[in-house]
Amino acid sequence: MAKVFTKTKMLTDVHMHYCPGCTHGIVHRLVAESIEELGLQDKAIGIAPVGCAVFAYDYFNCDMQEAAHGRAPAVATGIKRCLPDRLVFVYQGDGDLASIGMAETVHAAARGEHITIIFINNSIYGMTGGQMAPTTLIGQKATTCQNGRDPAVNGYPIRVCELLATLDAPYYIERVSTQDVKHVLAAKKAIKKALRFQAEGRGYSFVEVLVSCPTNWHMKPVEALRFMAEETSRTFPLGVFRDKSEGREEK
Amino acid sequence: MANITIDEKVCKGCGLCANACPKNVISLSKHRMNANGYFVAEKVNPQNCIGCAFCAIMCPDCAIEVEK
Amino acid sequence: MSKILLHGTEAICEGAIRNGCRAFFGYPITPQNEVPEYMSVYMPKVGGVFVQAESEVAAINMVYGAGGAGVRAMTSSSSPGVSLKQEGISYIACARIPCVVVNIMRAGPGLGGILPAQGDYFQATKGGGHGDYHLIVLAPSSVQEACDFTYRAFDLSDKYRVPAMILADGMIGQLMEPVELPPMRPLSDIPKKDWATDGGYGEDRRVLNSLIIKPEELEPHVNELKKTYDLIAENEKLCEKYMTEDAEIILTAYGTVARICKSAANILRKQGIRAGVIRPITLYPFPSEAFSEAAETAEAFLSVELSLGQMIEDVRLAVNGKKPVYFYGRTGGNVMDEEEVVKAAKNALLKVRAGE
Repeated sequence: MAKVFTKTKMLTDVHMHYCPGCTHGIVHRLVAESIEELGLQDKAIGIAPVGCAVFAYDYFNCDMQEAAHGRAPAVATGIKRCLPDRLVFVYQGDGDLASIGMAETVHAAARGEHITIIFINNSIYGMTGGQMAPTTLIGQKATTCQNGRDPAVNGYPIRVCELLATLDAPYYIERVSTQDVKHVLAAKKAIKKALRFQAEGRGYSFVEVLVSCPTNWHMKPVEALRFMAEETSRTFPLGVFRDKSEGREEK
Repeated sequence: MANITIDEKVCKGCGLCANACPKNVISLSKHRMNANGYFVAEKVNPQNCIGCAFCAIMCPDCAIEVEK
Repeated sequence: MSKILLHGTEAICEGAIRNGCRAFFGYPITPQNEVPEYMSVYMPKVGGVFVQAESEVAAINMVYGAGGAGVRAMTSSSSPGVSLKQEGISYIACARIPCVVVNIMRAGPGLGGILPAQGDYFQATKGGGHGDYHLIVLAPSSVQEACDFTYRAFDLSDKYRVPAMILADGMIGQLMEPVELPPMRPLSDIPKKDWATDGGYGEDRRVLNSLIIKPEELEPHVNELKKTYDLIAENEKLCEKYMTEDAEIILTAYGTVARICKSAANILRKQGIRAGVIRPITLYPFPSEAFSEAAETAEAFLSVELSLGQMIEDVRLAVNGKKPVYFYGRTGGNVMDEEEVVKAAKNALLKVRAGE
């Protein structure tokens, strides 16, 4: 028998700290596998965010910088501009990217920095214990909106892919999900494509990945996958919002 | 012939593997706990495994290896 | 070598470029706009990187990335903008990424005014952001020094892996003076960084991080920083002494104000009062010994600042109660003239002789 599935060498042996059933770990694997399959391990430099993925620098088997909350795209800009032949990838959650770091997010995209951003959307602040995120769904409960997000009080969730797709510079923008095997395979394709586009010098690439948070959604892991499929992806529709390689400007 | 190997040290007993398996090869143990206190995933019908790797694809902790 | 006439901000840029600075990230704020403007033209000419960031916050984090990748990187701003950079500076200090931050100080607090001030002394020398850390702080008092100290700041920052700051008041930034530029240093001459996250190290991968979540690891890390600061204090303190040996009163000031104090000391000498000047050049580490030595012979000290009195605290610590330390300051963007300082010095002597 031949091995048909083993852990990629682009991940270290450190056991990930994520809660049981949190699909962050899946996305880590997809990013790591993609880098390895593209043969870019010697070029890769990653940026870890603040939030649940803060320890990502322990997991990716390449040089890593840990950025301040929301500042990862600025840090990545600094690295990539100085070392244009490296593969610079950024891993950020929704609080980090779409709340405190929105300015850095939008401007790195508007400048068309040749970086790849992997955006984890689980519609909640996980690390700090389940507060409302900029992506929390209408009606979704969080510790700072305990009766559910009320638009009159809390406003509406931000759709980052759609927002970035209003800019001219981004080369590739796609939203994918980790809700089941089929979607994880599609997510892998998108992530690999995003990294490849960067390596080919095409420009800014952005992949939003819907991820579950069983702990702060107060659901069993399998139930949380269902919630993603039925609820999260209704507010955040999956799809390609920009792919200049296919001449696709707007969805 | 196909086989999966579950690294029980790493397993967090989330059950996403069992949920993904089309052949009911995996189930969460009701008795065996690892050092971290998780009821680990275990093979209950290993003979049914077709090596599709769905379990490994959904495992957030890279705890499963698949051979075929 | 011949001298050329340069603006203070341009001299800062030349000092940086000539000592291997190849990445500059900035954001507009008066009175330092000439720095990013100059860099936008000259960085590309030496194969360097210039990005006008979306904010001071982004600019300092671009410095984090570039400095972390092993490139000599710099940002500049003025007081309110430097406040915005403090988060990033604290992270940079913890992750031990060398870089140079320029603060062309304007009057505060708040949005304040755009005229010269020295109200950011505490912020620059006591850390500025959160946590236990320091910067190496150099205070130029001429356009020549603006160039030379920026040049030197890159070497110091690399040597100790501690961020360095050029703390200049708006006057230094906006002054034009003749400058002798140092030769362009080849990049090959700059020591390689065996910690830089520039990729390709496989299993020996490098990580730059300021999250050290285990107390048993964070304490040694912070202690290591302290050891470095102590070493810097041992090796790098700089100050200028002007007629201090026989001085009955020591005027002390940094930056532009030190020049005013020298003029004041000259006037006082002509009037028969033996005045001298101590000009701290490194504000951190503070050149305390110069003050404790002078306290043996001088009768009094007068700290002259464009603030409500900030450096005076370090002067007092250095003098350690041996002699009285008085203060004269202006704020709001107003600058004292030498006659004001002369008067303040005479008052100080009167007070000390009256036993006040």
